[in-house]
Amino acid sequence: MSHESTYVPGSAIERWLDKRLPIIRLGYDSFGDFPTPKNLNYWYTFGGILSVCLVIQIVTGIILAMHYTPHVDYAFESVEHIMRDVNYGDIMRYAHANGASMFFIAVYLHMFRGLYYGSYKDPREMLWIIGVVIFILMMATAFMGYVLPWGQMSYWGATVITSLFSAIPLIGDSLKTLLWGGYSVDNPTLNRFYALHYLLPFLIAGAVILHIWALHIPGNANPTGVEVKSKKDTLPFHPYYTVKDGFAIVVFFILFAAFLFYMPNSLGHPDNYIPANPLVTPEHIVPEWYFLPFYAMLRAIDFNFLFISSKLGGVIVMFSSLIILFFLPWLDRSKVRSHRYRSTAAKLWFVLFVADCVFLGWLGGQVAEQPFILFSQLATAFYFIYLLVILPLLGLMETPKELPKSISEDVLSNTKKKAAISATPEPVAQPAE
Amino acid sequence: MNSVSDTQPSVGDHGEETTRRDFIHLMAIGATGAAVLAVGVPAIHQLNPDASVRALATKEVDISAIDIGQAIKVMWQGKPVFIRRRTEEEINAAGETPISALKDSKSRNENLTGSEEATDTNRVVKPEWMIVVGVCTHLGCVPLGTDEGDSRGEYNGWFCPCHGSHYDIAGRIRKGPAPENLIIPPYEFVSDTVVKIG
Repeated sequence: MSHESTYVPGSAIERWLDKRLPIIRLGYDSFGDFPTPKNLNYWYTFGGILSVCLVIQIVTGIILAMHYTPHVDYAFESVEHIMRDVNYGDIMRYAHANGASMFFIAVYLHMFRGLYYGSYKDPREMLWIIGVVIFILMMATAFMGYVLPWGQMSYWGATVITSLFSAIPLIGDSLKTLLWGGYSVDNPTLNRFYALHYLLPFLIAGAVILHIWALHIPGNANPTGVEVKSKKDTLPFHPYYTVKDGFAIVVFFILFAAFLFYMPNSLGHPDNYIPANPLVTPEHIVPEWYFLPFYAMLRAIDFNFLFISSKLGGVIVMFSSLIILFFLPWLDRSKVRSHRYRSTAAKLWFVLFVADCVFLGWLGGQVAEQPFILFSQLATAFYFIYLLVILPLLGLMETPKELPKSISEDVLSNTKKKAAISATPEPVAQPAE
Repeated sequence: MNSVSDTQPSVGDHGEETTRRDFIHLMAIGATGAAVLAVGVPAIHQLNPDASVRALATKEVDISAIDIGQAIKVMWQGKPVFIRRRTEEEINAAGETPISALKDSKSRNENLTGSEEATDTNRVVKPEWMIVVGVCTHLGCVPLGTDEGDSRGEYNGWFCPCHGSHYDIAGRIRKGPAPENLIIPPYEFVSDTVVKIG
């Protein structure tokens, strides 16, 4: 880790262990004494929240795996068995299903934080890139998990998404057969999705370790975007941020509990309580809410472009929208990190970009008819124009505001301002006495 | 014990020369590559359809109970196959459609090469029987139009509700995002009332 270790083994056993496997030292240096900028706000608590989400998904997932049967004849029934017969099974399954949604809420807010404060900029590019890898792994995991209950949406969602691969020229159809293990989505598909759904969370856990490692080399970014200059700018992670993260986790749990206990099916689709039927397609196939922006981009391309068919075009656009995120650290040419010190124009474009993503999400849930197709095309175009054109140009053209000299200076000037505001009413009040 | 320095010339003098060590490196890398390939092929190929899936590759269907104007769905290779007994007017209408009006001009008929013109005659074995794989060529949904009361789309054939593709009475794509005509599976008439698909 980037800072000097301050761990002092407290007992003979710790000293013995420290010489052989300094694991307590690693924990202490990473989550105990780790110097953390003292101005982190609540937007910086989603890392902790996401770790908790991952643990919840793995624990509830392993429990569900003990009662689930990955076979086309039994999968749907075994899920109903979990819901009706297994002790606390309904809570476990609802926690796992809603937990996935909570995970995505947290990850989207975490990414929004990174975008707003420019956390991905030099020297934290690797941190961001690993984050995008985790995001893509999460999407793959969630998609395969949604197939397992073998309801109508499971089956047809799996059919539509795996059929995307058939758009690839030459090898597309063979690749699709390879993915399916047959000539349609069937038992072999369900089996392998189950195996991979069990595997991927552990790959995510591994990537999370790399993510934290890449975080602890440069240390945390912060809302000012000014690097830590002295020890005065930091606080030890424990107790200051363990408590702050802990509080945020509790607030997050309230939201989670509201869904889990009062509206556990509100984020799901009722069609998935109909057993999968390969002969009947649901009227309106929609993916889970967290995929909707990408689904909208997929469907936006309904025209052939040169030699690229509309089908392949949609696939290319959808995957590009994710791949482009890897290049964000180099697309953003801004001299400052944080939007706090960027021009009004930059802030406005950023607001439009976020609104665009939300709009795409809404469009993804609509039927594939006009005017929604046109809207999707415009919103998709803006998504790419912002990242490829507007963002680089803004950085070259704008004059950012003056940065504070240090984190401490910024924090102190804020406190002075606040003190001045709270102090003003007093002289006004005095004449009345 | 000078043999080591004898067989391994120092880098400064003979850096370019091929040594025994280079040979060992090459052999080791080559052998590892071959081993990775030998392990990789089974590891990937096991994902492909297994023997039990391949064994269900053909299916015989009794079509004697289908009246003119009716259609049925059967399962073949895990996919629905539509078998429609067309009326005289439908056959005539399909025959009159010019190739220029089609989005995909290839027959997509696995009984032929698949790349002939998509005329109605190239899409059937017997004009009365229209047999197509009931999988939309866009993203794999099952088009409506086989069951009574289904929407048959603007061209009176099949209509895919997922993303709005319209197929005509010969299963040819006429409107919507699907790129190709519905595929004609390989089939033959075993007798007048039995058709073997696959």
